[in-house]
Amino acid sequence: MLRKLLLGSLTLPVMLTLSGCNMVVLHPSGYIAAQQRDIIIISTILMLLIIVPVMILTALFAWKYRQGNRNAEYRPDWHHSTRLEVVIWSAPLAIIIALGAITWVSTHTLDPYRPLQQINATQAVTPQHKPLTVEVVSLNWKWLFIYPDQGIATVNELAAPVNTPIDFKITSSDLMNSFYVPALAGQIYSMAGMETKLHAVINKPGVYDGFSANYSGAGFSHMNFKFHGMSDADFTGWVEKVKKGGDDLNVAAYEDLAKPSQDVPVHYYKSVAAGLYHDILNRCVGQTRTCMDKMMPKHHGHDMESAGMKDMPGMGEHSSHMAKAAGSNSGAMAKD
Amino acid sequence: MFSNPDLWKFIFGRLTWQDVLPETIVFYTFFVVAAGGLAVLGGITYFRKWGYLWDEWITSIDHKKIGVMYIILGLIMFVRGFSDAIMMRAQQAVAFGANQGYLPPHHYDQIFTAHGVIMIFFAAMPLITGLMNFVVPMQIGARDVAFPFLNNFSFWMTAAGAVIVMISLFLGEFAQTGWLAYPPLSELAYSPGTGVDYYIWGLQVAGLGTLLSGVNLVATIIKMRAPGMSMMKMPVFTWTALCTNILIVAAFPVLTAVLALLTLDRYAGTHFFTNTAGGDQMMYVNLIWIWGHPEVYILILPCFGVYSEVVSTFCGKRLFGYASMVYATIVITILSYLVWLHHFFTMGSGASVNSFFGITTMIISIPTGAKIFNWLFTMYKGRIRFELPMMWTVAFMLTFVIGGMTGVMLAVPPADFVLHNSLFLIAHFHNVIIGGVLFGIFAAINYWFPKAFGFRLDPFWGKVSFWLWVPGFYLAFMPLYALGLMGITRRLNHFDDPSLQIWFVIAAFGALMIAGGILAMFIQFGVSIMKREALRDVTGDLWNARTLEWSTSSPPPEYNFAFTPIVYDHDAWWDMKMRGYVRPLEGFRPIHMPKNTGTGAILAGLAVGFAFGMIWYMWWLAALSFLAMVVVAITHTFNYNRDYSIPAETVALKEGERTALLAQHA
Repeated sequence: MLRKLLLGSLTLPVMLTLSGCNMVVLHPSGYIAAQQRDIIIISTILMLLIIVPVMILTALFAWKYRQGNRNAEYRPDWHHSTRLEVVIWSAPLAIIIALGAITWVSTHTLDPYRPLQQINATQAVTPQHKPLTVEVVSLNWKWLFIYPDQGIATVNELAAPVNTPIDFKITSSDLMNSFYVPALAGQIYSMAGMETKLHAVINKPGVYDGFSANYSGAGFSHMNFKFHGMSDADFTGWVEKVKKGGDDLNVAAYEDLAKPSQDVPVHYYKSVAAGLYHDILNRCVGQTRTCMDKMMPKHHGHDMESAGMKDMPGMGEHSSHMAKAAGSNSGAMAKD
Repeated sequence: MFSNPDLWKFIFGRLTWQDVLPETIVFYTFFVVAAGGLAVLGGITYFRKWGYLWDEWITSIDHKKIGVMYIILGLIMFVRGFSDAIMMRAQQAVAFGANQGYLPPHHYDQIFTAHGVIMIFFAAMPLITGLMNFVVPMQIGARDVAFPFLNNFSFWMTAAGAVIVMISLFLGEFAQTGWLAYPPLSELAYSPGTGVDYYIWGLQVAGLGTLLSGVNLVATIIKMRAPGMSMMKMPVFTWTALCTNILIVAAFPVLTAVLALLTLDRYAGTHFFTNTAGGDQMMYVNLIWIWGHPEVYILILPCFGVYSEVVSTFCGKRLFGYASMVYATIVITILSYLVWLHHFFTMGSGASVNSFFGITTMIISIPTGAKIFNWLFTMYKGRIRFELPMMWTVAFMLTFVIGGMTGVMLAVPPADFVLHNSLFLIAHFHNVIIGGVLFGIFAAINYWFPKAFGFRLDPFWGKVSFWLWVPGFYLAFMPLYALGLMGITRRLNHFDDPSLQIWFVIAAFGALMIAGGILAMFIQFGVSIMKREALRDVTGDLWNARTLEWSTSSPPPEYNFAFTPIVYDHDAWWDMKMRGYVRPLEGFRPIHMPKNTGTGAILAGLAVGFAFGMIWYMWWLAALSFLAMVVVAITHTFNYNRDYSIPAETVALKEGERTALLAQHA
């Protein structure tokens, strides 16, 4: 009995302390991830308020009321106590009310779609902070990062200046992946024909692990990259390095890159074909197919006319919403 | 004949010699399975047991035998699923740096997919369904389920699904998509092989069986309770079984529908979930989890029922807070439909949607917490006998609360963004499925085995199994919590960082201890069968228990009860004992019973043929099998020879034997 209790209640905290230093989720370097870590700790403490007494009572009752202990009171017909029932239901309820409130607030403040408000706990984002935009594409099986403002692109290497808001726009060429840099911020899925968003900031220079956190087939295990947090000067230098050493990411080069490959080394592109990210998102790279954002309103209109639903109220609204969903300005699911 | 490629293609579809035993490791597996299978079949033939098997088991419509067959199927498939687990743990323990491990992605990806599919659909589900089948009719004082033939058919369809999945080991491949086969990966464009088709048809065939068995048990519980057993006098296990089967009836059609849509995408070129032409992968993810979340409650609720029975029996006490237990079960049943989105907070839903589903998820922990407290206060001022079922129950109470806690953590969306898909998640759901479902099944097997076979299971080997399983579980899964907090994601077959290796080695060692626990359990079965005379129970009420199944003999006669019991209180059998119940010794009457039929097994065999034809594009086989199924099903409706009467003299004889036995051991 006691042995089980020891195992049960001590293993987890012991392990947590044993390897505290490489637990990146508990020691992140970006402000978003740090707040997410705080939520984990607060919710754990709240729940331990109820878990620990339950475990102690289980062990205590199991020991005290064992068959061999004839001194313990035995009441075979005792099976109800209104007072106890009230406690049994209201104690977890109280914890969940507290946790529910924390959940509602933190889910909204840490919504990945919400533009960054704070650089860190003390410093608010001001108009002087010009965000860095990165367009992220998951390919089979590597990551393509396009920097529209710098006009460069990289494969399997991501860099950003510290204490600068980063706006990630994320999509996929084919399969569903999940863009995740644990030190920076929580993950978000990448899906073909759709765009998801993530707003984050890195506060400490360093090299961090990034990877796909959603299984996507044979090359998934090697679909990782390094994320470099740099000073402003170093970032400028890095951009220069990419511009000097890189190739051109034109349509042909992209189509070549998009072919399935595994364990792909870092690669730099000094230029990016105009509208490449838009075309990937709308599944019309090389213009051999109609872009989704051009196709849908047209087809919808046509279908509705032929189906005789032209005058249906609300249908026009519906088709324009659909067009937006495929366009580059909206999220994977309509935002609430 | 075989020089004509068109004819070959017509007969064998896309099956070629290359598809037979494609991997070396599979080659060895094949020999082990084939040798084992031949030994069993040879043994049956040698001892001339085919007739016995066909008459007494395969065609049986007796809910007790069907329950036992479900549990045997579940245990066999559990071993298969566990071998997959051991292979994964071994791969992850060695594949660091330059070492790529011994499983290439093609094979590794099939293994983790098969592990999930088999453990949920073909191990946990049959074990749970088997328990409900065996126990529920007896607990409510009935002689069988509402639709006995349907019960036999359901079992064989589940077994047919398992057979289809097992064939994939040796012919072709299994899915490499993860156990829920998310598109677009599971679409034809990215998974052109037979793997996803094995997955689809295996689940469709087994899913039909599960759905029908759900309908059957709901009807049984609603309509066939003994006189006097109102809803609020039903045993808690029956209550949880009722809620679980309502969940099955409501949830499994969603699985059938979403798999049918995926089938259309793969076979007919539709675009429900494709990347192009308006397909929507997010729709699949939503639909599959609208089935998938209730599914985990389908598994855990009956186990909550088991713990309730075990706790009150072994504490020698009425269950604390019966009414609150029942309402907690009902609340969980309803809430389990309102939480599915918590499986994909990271898909880009808005903050309000995510918060809503996060909070509904947390609310489930309130009735669950109430249940834990109720078991706790049943122990309070009880007189606890630490037999194996009670040991598993205490292990569950201590283990499950940890899993519950990590589950609520994952329900907070901002925390989920960093823990989603990580090994922390893997640790969490194994924590609740092993610590909740599996421990419950082990408690139940040790608890009801004597009822099924008339002798109890050997306690020594049971304790060996227990003490290997419980610490083994902690060693295998606590490291995964830690790894999840290090940001390690699931389903990887190779790692770069060597500092992680120690954690995977510990986890692999834990898995080995669990393997020892499983082995000890099978030794326990063997030893108990050999020592059955020493372990025999003639009373029928070995544990001094409280519910009606313990009022009849062990093993029970095929009619369960010579006289339908009349119920005045919950814990009906305890109440009867307290009121000085005397077994009636005369006045027996003929008992009307259903007759065995082979139709269920034949239909299921044809379903395997149909599925195999669909998987390999052997359209003639699929069409013929389907046609044959329709013909057999219609023919069965003309079978009017489906019931018989056990004469009063036979009942008197059997009950007389028991009277003599009880007197002899009094």
